[in-house]
Amino acid sequence: MPARFTRSDVEAIAALANLELDERELDLFARQLGDILEYANQVGQIDTTGVPPTASVLTPHQADRADEVRPSLGRAEALMNAPDADPDGRLFRVPRVIG
Amino acid sequence: MSQPATLCELRDAVRRGERTSVEMCGELLARIDARDGALHAFTTVTREQALNRAALIDRDRSRWRDQPLAGVPVALKDNLCTRGVRTTASSRILESFVPPFDATAVSRLEAAGAVILGKTNCDEFAMGSSTENSAFGPTRNPWATDRIPGGSSGGSAVAVAAGMVPLALGSDTGGSIRQPAALCGVVGLKPTYGRVSRYGLLAFASSLDQIGPLTRTVGDAAVALSVIAGPDPADATSAADPVPDYSASLTGEVRGARIGVPARLLDSGVDAEVSRALRDALDTLVARGAVLVDVELPHAHAAVPVYYLVATAEASSNLARYDGVRHGFRAASAGPPDDMRTMYARTRAQGFGAEVKRRIMLGTYVLSAGYYDAYYLKAQQVRTLIRRDYEEAFARVDMVAMPTSPTPAIRIGERIADPLQMYLMDIFTVSANLAGLPAISVPCGFTAGGLPIGMQLTGRAFDEAALLRVAEAYERDMPWWRQQPLG
Repeated sequence: MPARFTRSDVEAIAALANLELDERELDLFARQLGDILEYANQVGQIDTTGVPPTASVLTPHQADRADEVRPSLGRAEALMNAPDADPDGRLFRVPRVIG
Repeated sequence: MSQPATLCELRDAVRRGERTSVEMCGELLARIDARDGALHAFTTVTREQALNRAALIDRDRSRWRDQPLAGVPVALKDNLCTRGVRTTASSRILESFVPPFDATAVSRLEAAGAVILGKTNCDEFAMGSSTENSAFGPTRNPWATDRIPGGSSGGSAVAVAAGMVPLALGSDTGGSIRQPAALCGVVGLKPTYGRVSRYGLLAFASSLDQIGPLTRTVGDAAVALSVIAGPDPADATSAADPVPDYSASLTGEVRGARIGVPARLLDSGVDAEVSRALRDALDTLVARGAVLVDVELPHAHAAVPVYYLVATAEASSNLARYDGVRHGFRAASAGPPDDMRTMYARTRAQGFGAEVKRRIMLGTYVLSAGYYDAYYLKAQQVRTLIRRDYEEAFARVDMVAMPTSPTPAIRIGERIADPLQMYLMDIFTVSANLAGLPAISVPCGFTAGGLPIGMQLTGRAFDEAALLRVAEAYERDMPWWRQQPLG
């Protein structure tokens, strides 16, 4: 665990998270995330030898169902909130992906 | 203005034919007009739709009369999807999002006769404890308008506290129903994980999120829970357990109920007036025949860090979907490189507010290579220990009592620059989410300065009935809900 959070730590995480941060945010988050993680480090002091992790509190239950075709969202509704749907209402349009 | 009626009073008036739904909606819409400029509980008011639907219900009264929410006006936190009605999560990134479907909890309310008056303000994507993180501006506490209403369901709490609606739904990931309920002097119930379908709730942390009611009385919360609870094929985490008639559990009988008090946990960091109010409330329950038992929750001190590691990890994954492609805001191109990754990063930079970015960053970090085991996995293991603490406590007691919030409402702006101090306000609420347990906040008094205080009761999984019974018995002796904020 890093002692402090640096600006370059913040830049690396921002890249993983697809977030463009400005100069002010880089400094602010370096300080705030450092404080929060320093506080969270107390969790590391707790003995968890042999303790299984909890990912979900669900008691086991039957979530299986028959694989049957059922009505779903139509194409027009699926595209209704798209910031850039093609004029024929068939596709989500995105900027260039491959150079 | 006269004292606003409860959900049960309004419904019964419709049933008896004394009031029409249109009249009630008109009255409450007028109240919203009069008060919401100052309070900002609502992001959207659905006036026309509400009056049209109320008129339908009035015209077909014989069909709706026996429904549990016949003609009753309600409000919904703006992270619950409503077909055809803008659903923003109080975020710029969803400012113009109009869902093509209803959340299951919403369709169940409507099927029970409810009329939706609008959507309520919240912290952006329910991330916060003050409603200051809304992209559309803060909500104000009706008891002191320079103070926070709590959060993240602050708009829902204020809409109920200010008499704009008798019922509002909220969502609770780490206290977001209970804490604003406490700070605004209303009842807030977080059901057991799985009790209410999460289908159509904009996801924050999927293993912790749960929808629940905010109301003025415990009886109203019981009616609302009976309506929204139950299995749903659209949510594989919804539980199949049968839904009891929660109203039938309100017998006033608490003799022999064993209430655990984690005295050591409450030793420090709790405001003196809050401590005194909780003690007085417990004395009231003892006078009714309840028995207090000292319990230990040895890992409760770790609940806040565990919560912020687990919740942010899940949030960073859930919020990856907001990328400017399928729905919501997309940033305009700012010149080359005009490619997909730049579009993603700019859209999210411009669409999300500071707290959401902070949590996405923290969650991304704790899930990243090299830190996963030390932070995320470790937090999940301590989560197991927190669950076990409660299991051990419930071998001896029926529920655990604590303050809902360590302090009454703080001033707007007081902690916004210091996220860690803000997170520490969640000390008593996050454990119930980590352990998946039901918990209720019920008003238990006021500070000398007139700010509401809430008592929290946390119970066994799927035993909301016990919490409602004890809370309602307390409310019979101490009907704090009859006090109303000015205005």
